[in-house]
Amino acid sequence: MPVAETASGPVWRLRNRNQTLARWFVWLLGIAIFLWCWQRISDATTWFFVWDAPRIAGDILDRATPPRWSYIDKLWVPIWDTLNIATLGTIGALVLAVPTAFLAARNTTPSALFVRPIALLIIVSTRSINSLIWALLLIAIIGPGVFAGIVAIAIRSIGFCAKLLYEAIEEIDQTQVEAITATGASRWQVMLYGIMPQIMPAFAGIAVFRWDINIRESTVLGLVGAGGIGLQLQASLNTLAWPQVSLILLVILVAVVISEWVSAKVRGAII
Amino acid sequence: MLQLDALTKTYKTGDKALKEVTLDVPPAQVIALIGPSGAGKSTLIRCINRLVEPTGGKVMLEGTDLTSLNASALRRERRRMGMIFQEYALVERLTVMENVLSGRLGYVGFWRALTRRYPQKDVDEAFRLLDRVGLLHMADKRADQLSGGQRQRVGICRALIQDPALLLVDEPTASLDPKTSRQIMRLICELCAERGLAAIINIHDVALAQMFVARVIGLRFGEVVYDSAPDGLTPDKLTEIYGEEDWEATIEKVDDEEDQTIEAAQ
Repeated sequence: MPVAETASGPVWRLRNRNQTLARWFVWLLGIAIFLWCWQRISDATTWFFVWDAPRIAGDILDRATPPRWSYIDKLWVPIWDTLNIATLGTIGALVLAVPTAFLAARNTTPSALFVRPIALLIIVSTRSINSLIWALLLIAIIGPGVFAGIVAIAIRSIGFCAKLLYEAIEEIDQTQVEAITATGASRWQVMLYGIMPQIMPAFAGIAVFRWDINIRESTVLGLVGAGGIGLQLQASLNTLAWPQVSLILLVILVAVVISEWVSAKVRGAII
Repeated sequence: MLQLDALTKTYKTGDKALKEVTLDVPPAQVIALIGPSGAGKSTLIRCINRLVEPTGGKVMLEGTDLTSLNASALRRERRRMGMIFQEYALVERLTVMENVLSGRLGYVGFWRALTRRYPQKDVDEAFRLLDRVGLLHMADKRADQLSGGQRQRVGICRALIQDPALLLVDEPTASLDPKTSRQIMRLICELCAERGLAAIINIHDVALAQMFVARVIGLRFGEVVYDSAPDGLTPDKLTEIYGEEDWEATIEKVDDEEDQTIEAAQ
């Protein structure tokens, strides 16, 4: 903290002169790198296509409107499948995420040296692979269809749910756990009375939040053949049936809005 | 009934929280444990029921050495020791009744605990205790809806429903206002007398301790430096326990308060 002694008493500044100069230099360097990158990207861009983009977009919009409303008859089953993939996948993920979270949390893990790293590995590895890639893998293993989609969503969600849940477990009030332990309760009873009540709000919040995300994720799973409305989207895109594509996008939008509304209501009711 | 024999706790950091504390608690005696922050009062209490593992010495409860027990035997012995906490340590999201009944967890199995199907005699006892502390009408309220004094009463019920022989009380009044503090201390001491329980009460408030207990133990840097009746706490003794300070006012205040209490009682 630079305090300079002057004739009129001590003067305080946040930074001294060298620190200020260093900061200016870092900023200058950052701007230079930005401009250089901009130049490189500009050189690698075919600007003709970019200038042309609004016209093409307008053209597609033109072909896509109005949506082909009669096609909705063929969408009821796929959208129902999509909802099921999201819901069952989320439930499956939660069933697997709860034990993983307890094994990963510092204050509940049976062994911080051996078990915790394994649990953390499960969390990281399931999270790092996109659900579309999980679906591709699973289709190769268990064949195309809704089940592959459910499993893909479940695996993808384990890491997310377990990570948030174990953070909630680590943040509990330890004195409540102490109090229950002091009564002579067993390890499982302590979990039941000392820990579970404290993490229930977090658990419910995580569950609906992930369900909400999974509805969006499951709409694209059909692109690779894992069931749901994505199959229809894929087929319509391949045949350039733009009015059908626009209807499908509308249906997805409505489904997502409804799921947002439901999860907001549920979260509001819990907290 | 409870003997501490050269009880020692050294934390991993090398801090010696307790240095060979030796203590004998006869049945039905209520003891106040005073001392400055960091003197090892909480550690002492937690070493008795092994919420903190002692590193040396013995804790004998009615002839059983608690320090040598395995997990399930320790669990059985913990039922004999009720504990009351500074910040109440109730399970905030459970009801008052569930909190009181959680004192019976050492006696019931996992499924009864999960489904909250406690034996009827436990439930009867819970109602009796809640009635005794004046909270019968609150049985169905969630713990986080209660005031501080009410929560501490629930904490007392949870400790008593264990049917303990000994109460371990950690700063019961530190989060309460002066009037509620007295009420809670009085309640604890009355209940100990009614049931013939021994108790060790950690307490910051010397005046409050002097009002309610027959024996005071002073702890300083993990060692017992005072063990006698409360009226022996002279300014010199308090200086020995807490360090240099003008103690006349504290002791003066005690006398005044005692007079007032007597007047109020009359």
